[in-house]
Amino acid sequence: MLFYIIKRILMTIPVMVVVALFVFLMLRLSPGDPAAVIAGDYATAEDVERIREQLGLSEPIVVQFTKWLGQLVQGDLGTSIFSNKPVAELIAQRIEPTMLLALTTILFSVFVAVPLGTLAAYRAGSWVDRVVMLFSVGGFSVPVFVLGYVLIYVLSLNLKLLPVQGYRSPFTEGIGPFLAHITLPTLTLSVIFIALIARMTRASVIEVLEEDYVRTARSKGQSEFKVLLRHALRNAAVPIITVIGIGIALLIGGVVVTESVFNIPGLGRLVLDAVLARDYPIIQGLILFFSFVYILLNLLIDLSYSLLDPRIRY
Amino acid sequence: MYSSFGKITRRALMAAAVAMPLAATSLASQATAETVMRVIPHADLKNLDPIWTTAYISRNHGYMIYDTLFAMDESFKPQPQMVDTWTTSDDGLVWTFVLRDGLKFHDGAPVTGEDVVASLTRWGARDGMGQQLFGVIDTLEAPDAKTVVMTLKEPYGLVLESIGKISSNVPFIMPKRIAETDPFEQISEYIGSGPFVFQADEWVPGSTVVYTKFADYVPRDEPVSAAAGGKIAKVDKVIWQYFPDATTAMNALMAGEVDYYEAPAPDLAPILASNPDITVEVNDPLGSIGFARFNHTLPPFDDADVRRAAIMAMKQEDYLAAGIGDSAYWKTCYSVYPCGTPLENDAGSDLMATGDTEAAKAALAKTGYDGTPVVIMQPTDISVLSAFSLVTAEKLRDAGFTVKLEAMDWSTLTSRRALRDPVGEGGWNMFHTWWIGADVIDPMSIAFSGSPDKGWFGWAEDAELETARKAFSQASSLEEKKAAATKVQERLWAIGASGELGQFFTPVAYRNNVKGLIKSPVQFFWNMSVE
Repeated sequence: MLFYIIKRILMTIPVMVVVALFVFLMLRLSPGDPAAVIAGDYATAEDVERIREQLGLSEPIVVQFTKWLGQLVQGDLGTSIFSNKPVAELIAQRIEPTMLLALTTILFSVFVAVPLGTLAAYRAGSWVDRVVMLFSVGGFSVPVFVLGYVLIYVLSLNLKLLPVQGYRSPFTEGIGPFLAHITLPTLTLSVIFIALIARMTRASVIEVLEEDYVRTARSKGQSEFKVLLRHALRNAAVPIITVIGIGIALLIGGVVVTESVFNIPGLGRLVLDAVLARDYPIIQGLILFFSFVYILLNLLIDLSYSLLDPRIRY
Repeated sequence: MYSSFGKITRRALMAAAVAMPLAATSLASQATAETVMRVIPHADLKNLDPIWTTAYISRNHGYMIYDTLFAMDESFKPQPQMVDTWTTSDDGLVWTFVLRDGLKFHDGAPVTGEDVVASLTRWGARDGMGQQLFGVIDTLEAPDAKTVVMTLKEPYGLVLESIGKISSNVPFIMPKRIAETDPFEQISEYIGSGPFVFQADEWVPGSTVVYTKFADYVPRDEPVSAAAGGKIAKVDKVIWQYFPDATTAMNALMAGEVDYYEAPAPDLAPILASNPDITVEVNDPLGSIGFARFNHTLPPFDDADVRRAAIMAMKQEDYLAAGIGDSAYWKTCYSVYPCGTPLENDAGSDLMATGDTEAAKAALAKTGYDGTPVVIMQPTDISVLSAFSLVTAEKLRDAGFTVKLEAMDWSTLTSRRALRDPVGEGGWNMFHTWWIGADVIDPMSIAFSGSPDKGWFGWAEDAELETARKAFSQASSLEEKKAAATKVQERLWAIGASGELGQFFTPVAYRNNVKGLIKSPVQFFWNMSVE
């Protein structure tokens, strides 16, 4: 197992190098120029060129890539062209809201979706199953921003129960303000993940419920609750865990709309702003970071399989 | 239970004894609670160097933390700000400025003449007006700690207008050690002598900027008037909280989570105005001016007659209705200088004012236009400019042009517009933008340049235009300036430099407890309070 983990971690290195090269070339070959954005409307072409030179953007791409790679080896993700702040510091500023939003969303989604999906599977074909599936289809179909605005309109503007926007850190501002501000975005994001996880849970549990060992457990006189929990759900867990893992990765890298609607200063918005301004070091640093998170999550998911299913060994 | 409601026990007495000082402390802290104004700025503050970038949000940041030698008042006249007294020699060549007493930077150091010299020098290397001023400056020196002497090579009529200019790049005064940074490199220390102090450790780019009141700032005695007059910080803290989503920003203001919204979209203004706790008004008397820019170096717009034919097809009302919408927030304006400003005039403007497709068609036919496609860059991520591009495409097609709209984001447009290559190799024929009124208030704006080397994208070339601009820079009285500005305008229309697409205004919205707004083309936060 340890050898497997070390091997997987070492395998991340060539993957990261390929990602770095790909991202770097994509950015340099796509249209847009940060120097032109910085220079603004009043700048002459001469000004733009001087800024390009100052930023090192006039150098050959190979030289630029080598310099960046040299920085990366030393653990330096570079410095934002616009804010002049280290990319690592910008990521550190934004990582907490994103991570905690991902955590609350996944926890809430799993808490609601797994029992719902299991119940739907247990009562497959009944009205309970249909209601759960109806909710799942609805959850997939409603765009996040629509749901977000509706929740803000009802719960914040009309009922005045929760704040409209913003993020409060539980570490510096207390758990109360944190929960007040994270509830609406969590609810908004959870709907789609509840739909996704509930469907996956239902499908997996239905499949498992038809297995011989479930019939055996029932014939031994075990209660239905135990059959569902110990035999069905545990054996159905591998695909569910995979979906949850992918969900976490998506939540860390791609909740731009939710972050915008609820004005949460997270990583999604950081990457969007950087792309619009062509802030190359931020885009490069973030994509590398996201790649690393994806690789790490995949590793953790793979390792969790062996805990859930003793037949899987590395 | 009993002790709580009916009988005073020893424990209850002890609790009261503990609670009373706490309550008193709480009341005292409420009495001295810091006042905070939460603001939604018009853009995210991405960069902190208002000389390195021309971004308006960086300029507004500059006004928070820096001060200026002179500042523009409501009638667009430069008034002394950091300067106490100043004199001009009889021949107009030697200008001596004496700084006010008590000027201090946020780090406690006094503001000196050397700081001023270094700051103006850096600004003069980047700003268009600064470059022209430094073109006539012979020497700029600080003979003592409070005095700055500027010696010119020739008389120049825009010395105070230049060092008191209100919009980007504003000649902010920084400590010498910071101002000595290469003008094409960002500063890394943010120390000014303005009414607010920037809290660097609380800055989250893309989200939050925090300023606190500078206790040692000495405001002028005169009443506030645009950028001029006494800059009195009336709140302890100003927090800029950037909202990428306009609807969320509107909701936050309606819920009372923020106090002030600098630039709500005109289509949201009626919703905000319907809330009795919110005031919506136009605070910028100059607004912004829509602008259709031709590339003067490539066919078909390398021919002035073709450009004039295109301008004849443009009708401001159509642009403003499509781009802005609500007519409460726009008006037609056929002067190249903003309507309502001293240099406004109508010389040559009938070219633009007609918006006559048939006349444009006839004028185009006379030019021998050969059907060369007009490539219009359309920035689809900026709704106003995207709409302007669509209107132009329609107008030009109606007038007989062959038009090719190319959709892209604004970042791509800003890099592509710098290319002078032929259209097939990345070049372009037209794009749209807007200028804030303060930036095109006189002929010295780069928008009106007739020099392709130092001029703006599109690279208009016209010696006569440059002569007229030079005459303006040397004019001394207002009458002379008006006459010179009129000549510049006539020439701009004669060569069909650009299409003017009308004047539009972005309202501000704020909770009714916000007081003390300053009427100005630039957003200032001194004099404002939250009651």
